[in-house]
Amino acid sequence: MQATIIEAINDALHEEMASDDRTVVFGEDVAESGGVFRATEGLLEEFGGDRVLDTPLSEIAIVGAAIGLAAHGYRPVAEIQFSGFLPPAFDQLVTNASRIRWRTRGEITAPMTVRTPYGAGVRALEHHSESLEAAYGHLPGLKVAIPSTPADAKGMLTSAIRDPDPVLFMEPKHVYRSFRDEVPEGEHTIPLGEAAVRQAGRDVTVIAWGAMMHNTLEALAELPDVDAEVIDLRSISPLDRETVVESVKKTGRCVVVHEAAKTGGFAGELIATINDEALAYLEAPVRRVTGFDTPVPLLSMEDYYIPHPPRIEEAIAETVEY
Amino acid sequence: MNEQSRPESPGSTDADVAAVSERDVDVATHRVVDADGSVVAPDAVPDLADDRFLDLYRWMVLQRTFDERATKLQRRGLLGTYASGRGQEASIIGSAFALTDDDWIFPYGREAGALLMHGLSMRDLLLYWRGIEDASRMENANVFGFAISIGSHIPVATGTAWGQQLDDEDAISFVNLGDGATSTGAFHEGINFAGVLGVPAVFFTQNNQYAISMPFEEQTAADTVAQKAIAYGMDGIRVDGNDVLAVYNAVATARERALAGEPVLIEAVTYRRAAHTTSDDPTRYRADEEVEEWERRDPVERYRSFLRERGLLEAVDEEAITEEVNELFDEAVAAADAYPERDVAELFRYVHAEPTPELERQLEEFRDLLERRPEMHEFIEHRPKG
Ligand SMILES: Cc1ncc(C[n+]2csc(CCOP(=O)(O)OP(=O)(O)O)c2C)c(N)n1
Repeated sequence: MQATIIEAINDALHEEMASDDRTVVFGEDVAESGGVFRATEGLLEEFGGDRVLDTPLSEIAIVGAAIGLAAHGYRPVAEIQFSGFLPPAFDQLVTNASRIRWRTRGEITAPMTVRTPYGAGVRALEHHSESLEAAYGHLPGLKVAIPSTPADAKGMLTSAIRDPDPVLFMEPKHVYRSFRDEVPEGEHTIPLGEAAVRQAGRDVTVIAWGAMMHNTLEALAELPDVDAEVIDLRSISPLDRETVVESVKKTGRCVVVHEAAKTGGFAGELIATINDEALAYLEAPVRRVTGFDTPVPLLSMEDYYIPHPPRIEEAIAETVEY
Repeated sequence: MNEQSRPESPGSTDADVAAVSERDVDVATHRVVDADGSVVAPDAVPDLADDRFLDLYRWMVLQRTFDERATKLQRRGLLGTYASGRGQEASIIGSAFALTDDDWIFPYGREAGALLMHGLSMRDLLLYWRGIEDASRMENANVFGFAISIGSHIPVATGTAWGQQLDDEDAISFVNLGDGATSTGAFHEGINFAGVLGVPAVFFTQNNQYAISMPFEEQTAADTVAQKAIAYGMDGIRVDGNDVLAVYNAVATARERALAGEPVLIEAVTYRRAAHTTSDDPTRYRADEEVEEWERRDPVERYRSFLRERGLLEAVDEEAITEEVNELFDEAVAAADAYPERDVAELFRYVHAEPTPELERQLEEFRDLLERRPEMHEFIEHRPKG
């Protein structure tokens, strides 16, 4: 079927709730109104109020309760309305979710999923635009997944829900509805921790994820002479080092694109990995195209912040010509 | 101890175990003017001069007009997402009317009229909703900036109140919040802290019955917000939030107590008649009958009835007020449209007191790119002025 990312997410939730009655969905405005982005539309009607719940405005309790519920054998899929409201619950992710397996030597685990839309470009209010994937990726024990296509959104969310460990599922809301693509019907999973090679090439490796995947492809369309290998990272944690390293060994050049601020951003980890394992193959320094080291501006100037195709294009061209 | 030391299944006992229950707490609702406009508590009518009564009315009309016109601007693409206070005029205006300019207001979004009364310019308020950071200076007004992350401002207000107390100021911190905010951790930590410190803070909850789609009955198992005060050792006041005079009384009283070192939690019971914001569709989660029911309790109408009973309505030139407010709004839009062209350097300013070398470098590189690659501007949507 043809679907947008948001429809694919909705489809995955329907499928997983139907196939496992211990899957429960909750969060602010997810039941009655179907979620502010309509990701949970129709779930209440199909699965009832015991399994699809509107919660009070309590991020700490949403994430904390998901942990407890998961520890008790359920498969909670909690929604945090915007990733900018996840920070109050960061404590729960750090203190409980990410380390409960470790703490109890595998006795108690938290097979839960926290879904949250992230990223800029939708003209929203303050705190609705951040990309803090690197911060969450820094928590050992927490998986962090970011799809960029409808098919991946469905496949990866399904895997996240079935994963025996906690997964933070970050959804690039800027491309929630911007395009439709083929999505497999019925059972469809994509393993977490595997990057996708979107396009094979020899000149340069370009790594991106989420909404930046699309900006990257747009940039490359302006560079018909560059034979780029494009990697959609898909998982921030666990990191698919092999796909990255093998690609860079082949091309000898690499550009990393992300929307989050530069300093401490995830590009740093990727570049360190490349230095560790493929330094001798490099023919140019690894470049990164990122947001600035500033908060994401409010709507009037947020477009300046986002790494748009010309910026990406320049970095790729320079790296290839280096 | 052996395994038998407990009964097989703990059942009930005959012991009379005392418990404190919310049923033990009588939470009265303060009201001066009834829904039909008649004065139910003549002694409680605030002792205000006639022109102050008329001022209150003008501010309520201003709040309503601002909401209507801002919503229209948003629909025409000339404003970002907007949060209307329609239906909450009595709470917004009655509360602000009881403050002084020295008090600090911690807003969260719907209280346009309160901020304008506090000295904020209408132009800046519009600029804020256009997503222009400069407007968040909240120039000329002791306004802390909007708490878009719900509840995040509550502990901060406690801190400011603490500072006011340490400095022996004759001023309070006044926190606007919604019923949804009372479910956040920040709320509980913030007011508990205020109670412990005994700081001059008033926490003003506009219980407008919803937090987006979540009705108040599901937001909390407690019957009222006001009763929550007790757990923190402070007083709670519940007031009819559609009765502007009652709200004024409640806040004036709370302010006095706060100044004496007793923070207060107020619950103003009201109703959000518009959508949550311009991006919300309330028909998905609430019934028309309910909205109509609250329409009949309209705060502006109610206050008009009061003015009529007082013989003050004749003094109101309805047309003149509407015209004046609309003119103010037109001027504010024109001033917002005339806001100077902005420069990308603005993005990099104020991250730190001094820009770091890295920030300087990022700005320089970006400027250079914008110059070399004019097509960059194709990706930068031209947004309503600013
Ligand atoms: C911490 C946080 N979580 C979620 C949101 C999304 N959100 C914005 S407003 C809102 C409801 C707020 O309800 P309430 O506090 O009752 O104020 P009201 O909008 O009803 O005036 C929600 C859930 C947010 N802004 N901040």
